[in-house]
Amino acid sequence: MKSAANATNAATTASTATRAGTVATVPAPPTPDVARPAAVRRGRAGRVRTHMAHSPWAFLLPGIVITLAFNIYPFIATVWKAFTDSRTLTPGTFVGLANFQEMLQDEQFWIGLRNSSLYVLVVVPCMVFFPLLMALLVHKQIPGIAFFRSAFYTPVVASVVVVGLIWVWMLDERGLVNAVLKVVGFGAVPFLSDQWLILLSAMLVTVWKGLGYYMIIYMAALGNVPRELYEAASVDGAGPLRRFWSVTVPGVRNTMVLVGALSSVAAFRVFSEVFLMAGQDGGPAGEDTTLVMLVQRVGTGLSGRVGYASAISMVLFVITLILLLAVFAAERRDKK
Amino acid sequence: MRARRWPVAGRYLLLLLVFVICVGPFLWQLSTSLKGPTENVYSDPPKLLPEHPTLENYKKVGEIIPVWDYALNSLKVALANVASNVIGASMAGYALARLKFKGRKYAALVFLIAMLVPAESIMIAQLTTMRSLDLHNTLTAVVLPGCVAALSVLLMRNAFRNVPEEIEEAAIVDGANVWQRYFRIGLPAVKGTLAVVAIFAFMGAWDDFLWPLIVLADDSNYTLTIGLNFLHGTFSNNQRLIAAGTMIAVLPLIVMFACLQRYFFRGVGEGAVKG
Repeated sequence: MKSAANATNAATTASTATRAGTVATVPAPPTPDVARPAAVRRGRAGRVRTHMAHSPWAFLLPGIVITLAFNIYPFIATVWKAFTDSRTLTPGTFVGLANFQEMLQDEQFWIGLRNSSLYVLVVVPCMVFFPLLMALLVHKQIPGIAFFRSAFYTPVVASVVVVGLIWVWMLDERGLVNAVLKVVGFGAVPFLSDQWLILLSAMLVTVWKGLGYYMIIYMAALGNVPRELYEAASVDGAGPLRRFWSVTVPGVRNTMVLVGALSSVAAFRVFSEVFLMAGQDGGPAGEDTTLVMLVQRVGTGLSGRVGYASAISMVLFVITLILLLAVFAAERRDKK
Repeated sequence: MRARRWPVAGRYLLLLLVFVICVGPFLWQLSTSLKGPTENVYSDPPKLLPEHPTLENYKKVGEIIPVWDYALNSLKVALANVASNVIGASMAGYALARLKFKGRKYAALVFLIAMLVPAESIMIAQLTTMRSLDLHNTLTAVVLPGCVAALSVLLMRNAFRNVPEEIEEAAIVDGANVWQRYFRIGLPAVKGTLAVVAIFAFMGAWDDFLWPLIVLADDSNYTLTIGLNFLHGTFSNNQRLIAAGTMIAVLPLIVMFACLQRYFFRGVGEGAVKG
């Protein structure tokens, strides 16, 4: 590549040349050009041949082929198979709404729907509030703060399997958590054998692993809350709690909506944490099965019921889509 | 002024508390993995530090499951995922951001739709696709669905959009063709985002569980996460071995994170707004 000075010179020449006719012949200083890139773009369109007609498709080829073959096509196949009795080794035939009718009668489906929904209800409020408090804690520049920020992010980096197994050990009947509880005077809590405690333990793992991720999102948002507002509130005699509710929360409200939507989509898709803590059959009598666990159990293996699993997948997709639409609504509001 | 109301000592105390919550479980796992066979891991009260630290468990876990082969499989999958995402996504992102052509909107739409569809809801069909391509139970099948992730493409597109147009115009005037502009001007200008894409591709592949779990049947092809799940299912009574296995799986990423943390943080910001 040429030297930077050369490039800047050429850039000035190029942009003035392409705008010939609309702008005076005197070369404009470079700064206004940089400030108005939109004007430059408009001026260039169609005048200079920048590439051959097929080039863009050559660039797009790997990405488009992979995405069409392994994302879009499977999606279409899922919609189609949801109306068939297809199995792993047989393509199956069209059966109309039979899969969806079966779903209504299937106790495991309702258990899965219940557990995935419960997951959203419990996990999302935790993801919206605790990381915000953590972000407030690490927001201020004090010595050593970078170390703490990184440390709080560590669980995000680890695989969900690693994290799940660490907590299986922590929450063991004779594990660290129960040992600590014993010191405080509690009996052994059966975290990993009671139906509801298993689900609660898995939620704890999900929250623990997600805290650092959402903390980073909140940190960016906190930087945009005007400092003067805090000072004004202090002058008016507002205490820390009052400032939190009246300045911080309104200031990061859009981010809270974003975090809420992102974490609810993630929570509804939960699989690994529950799979590891409850076992692949979903705990006692399968009562801890989540919707994705059900899809995995029904649709895989040599006797996998691909058709029925696809129908459940469609329900999963529609519900996450509703949650995703909330993300984009939040994002749009964020931009305004 | 605010320092008075949030006394610094109290702040550090809170920081330490959160530190213990976030990092403590890792340290406990590390400590367990270093405890020898004669040491009681269930001791009451629990011993936070191993009495006679030993690497014995790391050797033993390799005798029970081929943990180092699994680690190699994970590494292969992760590196392939990095290469394909960096190359495929930067090319597609460049075309979407920098080239004007008919159908650009539709191409962008393909990636947008792909991003909206959760992987869990199409994984059974992906599995069927892999079977029909006879790739089922191969590491190739583990990599393929995410090898040019839609999110990576959209991140790259945004990065290329932010490169000042003037530089490229200069190159056009000098007669540089589109490939030269992509390599010599485009790529060097978006190095930061390339790093973000690379790191998240590595982490995503290394940590992934559900997809390899359903697509890999033969235990010789297991990745590390699947191997750990297997270890957990079969040897769940030996906490020392599981602890050693989890440490093998997590240490490379912690080291990577320690070295490249600003890219990890950047990735969260850029990915969240898009994702």
